[in-house]
Amino acid sequence: MPVVTMTVNGQRRAAEVEGRTLLVQFLRDCLRLTGTHVGCDTTQCGACTVHVDGIGVKSCTVLALACEGAEVTTIEGLANDGDLHPMQEAFREHHALQCGFCTPGMIMSAVDMVRRQGHDLDAETIRHQLDGNICRCTGYHNIVLAVQAGAAAMKSR
Amino acid sequence: MYDFRYERPETLEEAIDRVKSPDSKLLAGGMSLLPTIKLRLARYDALVDLGRVDRLRGIRKDENTLVIGALTRHADVAVSDLVRHSVPALAALAGGIGDPLVRNRGTIGGSIANADPAADYPSSVLALGATIVTNRRAIDGSAFFTGLFETLLESGEIICEIRYPIPQRAGYAKYPNPASRFAVVGVFVAKMADGVRVAVTGAADSVFRLKQAEQILSHRFAVDALDEMTVSSGDLNSDIHASAEYRAHAIVVMAKRAVGAALLN
Repeated sequence: MPVVTMTVNGQRRAAEVEGRTLLVQFLRDCLRLTGTHVGCDTTQCGACTVHVDGIGVKSCTVLALACEGAEVTTIEGLANDGDLHPMQEAFREHHALQCGFCTPGMIMSAVDMVRRQGHDLDAETIRHQLDGNICRCTGYHNIVLAVQAGAAAMKSR
Repeated sequence: MYDFRYERPETLEEAIDRVKSPDSKLLAGGMSLLPTIKLRLARYDALVDLGRVDRLRGIRKDENTLVIGALTRHADVAVSDLVRHSVPALAALAGGIGDPLVRNRGTIGGSIANADPAADYPSSVLALGATIVTNRRAIDGSAFFTGLFETLLESGEIICEIRYPIPQRAGYAKYPNPASRFAVVGVFVAKMADGVRVAVTGAADSVFRLKQAEQILSHRFAVDALDEMTVSSGDLNSDIHASAEYRAHAIVVMAKRAVGAALLN
């Protein structure tokens, strides 16, 4: 089987994979980084969102081998030495979750949103830009508040 | 998902060589292909990933033509100043595909080669009279889409770039499926020097031109010019998302919105 090598959360990681191995399977099954979730497996729910070379993607629809040499960041790589990332802290502060299953994807997607749209986000923009992430518990009210606060907090970091 | 061999050529020539076998398939962004393979609707011996063939990526203006490399991602088309200034309707179309994470990965060439009957880009090809340039030839976009997921592309043929003539005005409007953002009905209207072209996606087996709207709008390019137009539901899709009659009505509504958008550009 081919070997894929990539940098995950700052560490060089390699594993034998099949052609069909998805990035999310590489992260969860090979590296045991189970913070990245599989909700739908059909590119809709966004629970598997990670960053590949700084860009948000749904890791259930990216082949592991296509990420050869890439820099990958997962939810486990956002916090800095135990200090939560501002977006994580905002989700905690605003209680932007109920069961928490969608939360890693929401946070990774929100950080990518700041890359695309900047730090000053209104509620309508956030709702539109969260199109690719589905929460089935809470409704989105607190998630939108958290993304807004997290985006602003990332500016001052 | 059945297993396959993964290949990653570094050059176009290498890609052409590797995709010669009929059991090989080209992989671009993978936003349609990988879900299709996962669902076991398709099976291949090998996927040939174009991701490293950098010359297929990029946007440029060539006199009065906007040229978009096949591997250019929707997110890049949506925010490109060149696209926004020359064909703003195309930037808006790209910015409405799927969701932001899909747009970060999906490509224009992949969308056009896949020819999903509800995809957005095929309508722009027909309405703007684009040319699809492959490794073998330049294909007239108006003949390119031949049916449900069917195009003129032959085995081993790779889309390199899409050449869009720059219109005087253009607009795109779609009624999106609220879950997938695919077009339940999408209408692209383009006012060119030699007349108006109107293309409809999402409504039938394949994207098609709406000649009756073209005649009306070539005579007078205004939203209310379409007030009296009715569209036959005869050949339109009826499914869980909308009946043929609903789509026929939505075509008129979206055509008017597209003209309205074109007049704002």
